Amino acid sequence: MTGIWGVVAAIGVGTMIIKAAGPVVLGDRPLPPRVQSVVALLAPALLAALVATATFGTGQELRVDARVIGVGVAAVALVLRAPVLLVVVLAAAAAAVARLLGVA
Amino acid sequence: MAADSPPIRFELRRGAVTALPLAVAVGLFGVSFGVLSVTTGGMGALPAMVMSATTFAGSAQFAAASILASGGQPIAAVAAALLLNARYLPIGVSVARFLTGGPAARFLKSQLVVDESWAIAAQGKGEFDASRLIGAGIVLWLAWVGGTIIGVVGGEALGDPAALGLDAAFPALFLALMASQLTSSRTVLAAVLGGLIALGLTPFTPPGVPIIAAAAAASIGLARR
Repeated sequence: MTGIWGVVAAIGVGTMIIKAAGPVVLGDRPLPPRVQSVVALLAPALLAALVATATFGTGQELRVDARVIGVGVAAVALVLRAPVLLVVVLAAAAAAVARLLGVA
Repeated sequence: MAADSPPIRFELRRGAVTALPLAVAVGLFGVSFGVLSVTTGGMGALPAMVMSATTFAGSAQFAAASILASGGQPIAAVAAALLLNARYLPIGVSVARFLTGGPAARFLKSQLVVDESWAIAAQGKGEFDASRLIGAGIVLWLAWVGGTIIGVVGGEALGDPAALGLDAAFPALFLALMASQLTSSRTVLAAVLGGLIALGLTPFTPPGVPIIAAAAAASIGLARR
């Protein structure tokens, strides 16, 4: 648990610096276009990686279990434009029910 | 902000009021961060609350909690969170000339920039109302931190996270966050590549590393359109 405070401090300070860089240091000089287009793609790439590993990953193993059913339900709810919290609650409920029934 | 003239106060309040419906959603989002932090073993109660107060960026915080919960190294959690927050660099530049005052004032104001307050302050044509951004940012910060505290307290009363399906909550959250980022064919391609890189590396690297490696998918932004 001691390492956790290092993580909290590093992410906190790092994020503050990123948010303040424009307003305090750079001003409104635009970033080079190539930097801008790479930065714009970081969030979708990393979030997709998080979806993949959080759905299938268990340590270094890939597993198909009740989480897949939960994420499938979440995808349907998103397509139907459900609010984020409902999406998350439905996903958890679907995974819980699947486990209860012994389906996955 | 020393001399609050009436129009500035009006815009502050207007930003705060506009943010209220979003604050409900952000607050509930904070509740889920609090719950997952204490139930999945990723963070613990006090670190989760301090992180919400100091980092104030949902997807990065969920990423860190998820990586720690899956047994990833602390450095992997930090790297993934900061790469996710890199998008605040161009966002900060876009509002830079509207955030006035000395360096300290500009620093504090810049911390209230999140996706939602930025959207509320946007006036079109690259113009932003700083007072509205600040009003909205304060309301959203209070909702995020308050929600986290409620989630942490409530989460400690919950039972087995797997029986409750909470392990499916993380990927569902990331899916929802990802969907809001898919605004062009390039973002979709980056997401597909990022997901494939992460799956491909999972069996061969420690947890957390596949997520950071997925950042390589963003290099397709270097290609000419």
